[in-house]
Amino acid sequence: MMTKKKGLAAIGVLIFATFPLWMKYVRPDDVRYWVDVINNVGLYAILALSLNVILGDAGMYNMGHAAFYAVGAYTGAILNTQLGVPILLALPVAGITAGIFSAIIARPVIHLRGDYLLIVTVGVGEILRIALINDVFGITGGPNGIFGIARPEFFGFKIKRPDHFFYLIWGFAALTLFLFNRLKQSRFGRALDYLREDAVAAEGSGINTDRYRLLAFLLGATWAGMTGSLFAAKMTIISPESFSFWESVVIFMIVILGGSGNMAGVILGTFIVIALPEVFRDFASARMLIFGLAMMVMMVFRTQGLLPPKPRKFNLPKLAEEGE
Amino acid sequence: MEEFVQQLTNGLAVGSIYALIALGYTMVYGVLKLINFAHGDLFTLGAYLGLTLLTSFSLQDKMGPLAAVGLLAIMVMGLVALIGALLDRVAYKPLRDSPRLSAVVSALGASIFLQNTVMLIYGARFRVYPQDILPRTVIDFFGMPIPLMRILILLVSLAMMVALYTFIQKTRIGTAIRAAAIDQGAARLMGINVDRVILIVFMVGPALGGAAGLMVGLYYGQINFTMGWVYGLKAFTAAILGGIGNIPGAMLGGLLLGVMEALGAAYISIAWKDAIAFMVLILILIVRPKGILGERVAEKI
Repeated sequence: MMTKKKGLAAIGVLIFATFPLWMKYVRPDDVRYWVDVINNVGLYAILALSLNVILGDAGMYNMGHAAFYAVGAYTGAILNTQLGVPILLALPVAGITAGIFSAIIARPVIHLRGDYLLIVTVGVGEILRIALINDVFGITGGPNGIFGIARPEFFGFKIKRPDHFFYLIWGFAALTLFLFNRLKQSRFGRALDYLREDAVAAEGSGINTDRYRLLAFLLGATWAGMTGSLFAAKMTIISPESFSFWESVVIFMIVILGGSGNMAGVILGTFIVIALPEVFRDFASARMLIFGLAMMVMMVFRTQGLLPPKPRKFNLPKLAEEGE
Repeated sequence: MEEFVQQLTNGLAVGSIYALIALGYTMVYGVLKLINFAHGDLFTLGAYLGLTLLTSFSLQDKMGPLAAVGLLAIMVMGLVALIGALLDRVAYKPLRDSPRLSAVVSALGASIFLQNTVMLIYGARFRVYPQDILPRTVIDFFGMPIPLMRILILLVSLAMMVALYTFIQKTRIGTAIRAAAIDQGAARLMGINVDRVILIVFMVGPALGGAAGLMVGLYYGQINFTMGWVYGLKAFTAAILGGIGNIPGAMLGGLLLGVMEALGAAYISIAWKDAIAFMVLILILIVRPKGILGERVAEKI
């Protein structure tokens, strides 16, 4: 039973991993376009997974995730264009910068109740965007942004075509999935589960809720920062418009609609929110209308999202006579 | 000095618009403890409905500018009040017993839905209000020219706020609203129909927001489908600044924020105008989350 399920999953992964190869035969005319769509899905999936740590696992309403994404993208772009650091090497630095930025922001407001935290993070995102447009730091290029970001190189192999990026982005997504899944099984993951369900009881059981909240925020923001650098590498040009408030809304929506707290749900949500409108392009202008409606309907009929997390299972050690 | 007075009166006019919107946030918050994120979009809807009614009936030709705008305001307020009540029934009422954050997400969904409905109906570009409805008179104020429109906006909003305050403080329904805000369960036991109170709150607040939308259309002359979000956030900041759940607080917060923003834009930097409100918001939430006049503390877990 279990092996059959694993086998099916392996086949699914294999089909997906060879997507750029077989898409060439399915849609020979616009294969690049469709691979690019799936690349965007990949970027949003990583972003949504990183927000999921903050929103789904720790239960903190962060609607300024695009701000951390932006900090990472700009750090990567500046390191690359000003100092000539290869973008993939700049990736961790971008993540750490976004993490530090998030810690400075989150420290004083992390106690605030859900809806207040939401408003504060919206405010932070807007202030950062206005700061970028006004070019406060003198190196962000104002409203035009930064262009001429070099293509990433992987051990001498230049990544430039959409199908190259497919493997870079989805490789990073797979790594994210693996690491976050390990994290969920850890003491950290269990602590977040506890404090989300009942912060007072968690505090009473000796969980330092402030510390775990801050750590979750930091982790999510760091990951968003690294994704920002990937985005900068893929686009070669970034500007404040790429990190508007609506980006934060879209990422937030993905997590809520997909099923906050469940990574499979988040991935499903990303495909629905990002890829589905590309298939039904006639309705493109009504996209947000439908998602707004879906958010309302979902809260009334299925608060937990399409694929909510399953309750945690613990395998008890088998009794001696049942063992091998 | 003249620039200061100009900015001050401009700030007061804009601030009174913020205050009108903030009242809607604060009243809903007072009774339901819900941030009605869709409120800003009801304000946008008011601006667009005003434009439609204005251009389709051309009332100003039939009954003179002031009476026309008055009648227009009443129609817009009535329509937006109905939409507000409908919004409550559809998006919030089924969630009364759910965790509060579900209602917040539903409110966000409603906001996105309303905003895009406006976009699909009226288009994404800026729409222009007819310029000749109200005379562009400028009055002489100790030698300084002040547009009549600013004074009208300030006076009309103050009148509406006083009317609301009297309604809340002196009438039976107002007493019921105050009771429901303090303790819904106890109010229910005292024979107050809390559902009706909520319905009234969801009509009065949006009506004021709709009036504010009309004022923005008349004052600035152009409207856009996304403006509800910015005005909504600023009005919400005003509500927190004064103390959320507190009606005089919303009025004070609105006027204060309008003046701060106008003076900040004039003397610090116009480019940072929109950031000022957000900075005020973050500072107030860190330093004094209950606001200037507020009694209702922003709960800390």
